[in-house]
Amino acid sequence: MGSPVNRDDIARLATDFYSLLESFKQTPFYHLIFEIFLILTVLWLVCFRKPRPIAKKLTEKEKQELIDEWQPEPLVPPVDTNHPALNVRVLDGIVGKTIEIDGRKSLNFATFNFLNFVGNQRIADKAIQAVQKYGVGSCGPRGFYGTIDIHLELEERLARFFNFEEGIIYSYGFSTIASIIPAYSKRNDILFVDEGIHYAIQKGVEASRSTVKWFRHNDINDLERLLAEQDKHDKKNPKKASTIRRFLIIEGLYMNYGDICPLPRMVELKYKYKYRIFMDESVSFGTIGQTGRGVTEYHNVDRQKIDLISSTLEYSVGSIGGFAVGSSFVIDHQRLSAQGYCFSASLPPLLAAAAIEALNIMDEENSGLFETLMDKSKRLHKKLLDIKGYRVLGEDISPLKHLSLANSLNTIGRLEYIVEFAQTRGITITIARYLNDEHHLPEPSIRLILNVEMTDEELEFLCTVLQEALVKVTA
Amino acid sequence: MLAAPSKPCHVTIVHRHPPSKLYSEEEMVDNICSSSSDEDIKSTNHNTEIEYKHDDENLQSEEFEETPLYAAILTYLSYAILCLFGWLRDFLRDSHIEKKRGALDPNATLGFVPLYQSYESFYTRNMYTRVRDIFNRPIASVPGAQFELTERISDDYNWTYRYTGKTINAINLGSYNYLGFAEKSGPCATDAINAIKTFGVGNCNSRIELGTQRYHVELERLLADFLHVESSIAFGMGFATNALNLPALASKGDLILSDEMNHVSLILGMRLSGATYQTFAHNDMKDLEKKLRAAIVHGHPRTNRPWKKIIIVVEGVYSMEGSICRLPELMQLKKKYKAYLYMDEAHSIGAMGKQGRGIVDYFGVDANEVDILMGTFTKSFGSAGGYIAGKKSLIDHIRVTSHANTYASSMSAPLVQQIMSSLKLLKCPEGKRRICQLADNTRYFRQKLVDMGFIVFGNKNSPVVPMLIYMPARVTRFNREMLRRGVAVVTVGFPATKLLDARVRFCISAAHTRQMLDTALMAIDEVGTDISLRYSTRHKSRRLREL
Repeated sequence: MGSPVNRDDIARLATDFYSLLESFKQTPFYHLIFEIFLILTVLWLVCFRKPRPIAKKLTEKEKQELIDEWQPEPLVPPVDTNHPALNVRVLDGIVGKTIEIDGRKSLNFATFNFLNFVGNQRIADKAIQAVQKYGVGSCGPRGFYGTIDIHLELEERLARFFNFEEGIIYSYGFSTIASIIPAYSKRNDILFVDEGIHYAIQKGVEASRSTVKWFRHNDINDLERLLAEQDKHDKKNPKKASTIRRFLIIEGLYMNYGDICPLPRMVELKYKYKYRIFMDESVSFGTIGQTGRGVTEYHNVDRQKIDLISSTLEYSVGSIGGFAVGSSFVIDHQRLSAQGYCFSASLPPLLAAAAIEALNIMDEENSGLFETLMDKSKRLHKKLLDIKGYRVLGEDISPLKHLSLANSLNTIGRLEYIVEFAQTRGITITIARYLNDEHHLPEPSIRLILNVEMTDEELEFLCTVLQEALVKVTA
Repeated sequence: MLAAPSKPCHVTIVHRHPPSKLYSEEEMVDNICSSSSDEDIKSTNHNTEIEYKHDDENLQSEEFEETPLYAAILTYLSYAILCLFGWLRDFLRDSHIEKKRGALDPNATLGFVPLYQSYESFYTRNMYTRVRDIFNRPIASVPGAQFELTERISDDYNWTYRYTGKTINAINLGSYNYLGFAEKSGPCATDAINAIKTFGVGNCNSRIELGTQRYHVELERLLADFLHVESSIAFGMGFATNALNLPALASKGDLILSDEMNHVSLILGMRLSGATYQTFAHNDMKDLEKKLRAAIVHGHPRTNRPWKKIIIVVEGVYSMEGSICRLPELMQLKKKYKAYLYMDEAHSIGAMGKQGRGIVDYFGVDANEVDILMGTFTKSFGSAGGYIAGKKSLIDHIRVTSHANTYASSMSAPLVQQIMSSLKLLKCPEGKRRICQLADNTRYFRQKLVDMGFIVFGNKNSPVVPMLIYMPARVTRFNREMLRRGVAVVTVGFPATKLLDARVRFCISAAHTRQMLDTALMAIDEVGTDISLRYSTRHKSRRLREL
């Protein structure tokens, strides 16, 4: 076969190769090193060098220029002088069934004074006795000689009132639930929250940094949907799911809407999906139920199934502060981890004394306070519904109702006109005020609050005035 | 009840008119009643003017001695031993050799995720519970200079207590009562009682809706006058004042530079505001300047957008360190870099300065130069609540956007009346006597402690006196021994302070007499010798009788 490569070619190649080698031997040593170095450099540049980022190095002069040029915004933006916060009505005297504004008395349907304890003589006397024994302030947080024996008494009374093991009190109603939620729920946990909760609870939820799942207000089906979704998610990763705590955050009686939560079904779901229930009963404590023990009494649910009930001493009790009750296992944790408890001064003793006396009054067997209140609420509800033209939100037994105008007529301006008109006729009512960064801003409305000592005539008078106002505002 | 000082405090009395005696208590009640105007008070009282004398060149002298090496080693060793024992006990409890104490979860057997992780409550179970009796001690009287502690005994190593019904009388070095306004009788208490009779206890509504009473407006006006600023706003809780109003001032896109020792309420407020926050080393102005420069030059760390505004947050007197913020340097930095300053004067209002107006008074700075002044009424005024003061535009903005103004209940009448009475009292000779007495007590107490050879942190003039103990067992022993000698103190350890720096913190009050301080010093001397607390290498260790 005629192979193009024959012996001569091979011989020639070999000779060439041999001469190449000879030339290597003859070149100076440094030349070889230089050539090898160049080849290696090329190899490294091609294969290994990463593009280096260009370092931003400013000179001192440039930095100073930047500092001189920078102009901050003004500390606060300009504020509208007509904002309601800057034009409040200033009161004088005891804010009880009647209020005095600018020297004129009017009936009070605006403050959360459900049981008319503000100005109660017995409570005032006990508060005075407390000042004569303990002074005014408590001068320290609970951990450092701020625990006064009257605090321990109040905690025990509250726990006994609700038939729970332990209670804990806070010095401010807003901070109560806002400190409780972050004490239990941390970054990895899940909170199922009703959309209609009020602002303090929203702040607690925000401060906890947990995953939040909002469900539509009082919509148990929406909650079930969310729970089922989470359950499906959990089944994919059961090991991780066993470290995630779940909580349901609801209110007993919603302050923004006046309706009651569907508690029995929520308790059923608790045992199915394994979450703990934290219920805020600020409005329903002392107002709902035969003996004022709240929504658990109203729905006839076993109270021990609720993990924690928090409430405030600022509404029906007529003092200042907040509290939480539950089993010792749950409540005791707050004594070291709730920020509003550990790092804040304790409740002034006179306020605790006032709260204890209010509890005494509530505990009296034959007071019939709560039945009267629920009864009057029902009657007021009926009367309000009779005035055609108002939308009345809230349960019929709830002493807190939201009043708004029908559909497109419902503006803040019109509601403010109604409030002013009512004031001239001797009725004090108020619009429910919210901040703009509420999670679910409710519709504008007038918040009507019923005082247990209001007579039928006064309720009639209220409805008459509201009727007149309606006529004027829709004209 | 005000105890007369046994030794006159260092005052230089400048006589304008022939000297007259200080007013007696009955005349004080006549002068300070809620209906008299400020002009009446000024015209009747100022026959003598008391000048406040202190070392002007040493306003910022602070000392933070380093931890001695052997103390550090022993402290770490102590915690290691405690941990070992903790694990041993946990093991014994889990294997049912020892009975489990403490409450049990009602939902434990039903398949719920445990409410607390085991390692989270390790500290509570094994370390805190052993020494629980030194915290949360209930009292049964007014928290004045001397008080009654309810006696409680534990039969099972602090898991449960029983109350014997007796009380222990002790000198109070733990409550925040700087000017001695924690009183159950006297003009302030009488005014508070009258307020309860006139206004009741609660108001049941927020300020914006129908909770503003005339006395709230009056309080805010008085407070603004006292602080020499345009306007102020008051809230019902000091903690909430920080946590709920910082979000109104800062928002996303702002930068907050906060001191590393700032209080929890400030940190919560910063978190809730949504702004970015960075910490600078405690009272270190060079570090702050470096961070300010870096912030303005580079902007947001990731997007490089310039910050909308920068707020520096500091405290007047730091409650765990006893140090005072460096206000003159802060003012310089603030002006140079166009930042805003938020000063939390919880512990310094009333307690520092010639007229008790806080750190601005102490350094002689114009109060209007600090953008946002915040303070509380709990410590020096014997009441409860907090305030923010500054320009009218700032306060109006806070009224409109504050969470507390819109949703939280307004302040109760007797608390407001107590603040107003104490503010008026501070303008009278009696008030000035108290401020002077506090300064004198502070200097005396601190000097004696330092001379004895203990390590004391903080500024020479701050009424918060932290003394270092380091080891956890010594901390507990000190507390219990002091109580046995009739002195109630506050000891703090990890996690409120750094792991190594467990300490006892004394709070001096104007109501303390020289005799009470001497009793306390003798007790500290004895106990300090007993458990070897004289760590200081800068000062010679001496016994009290040698001083």
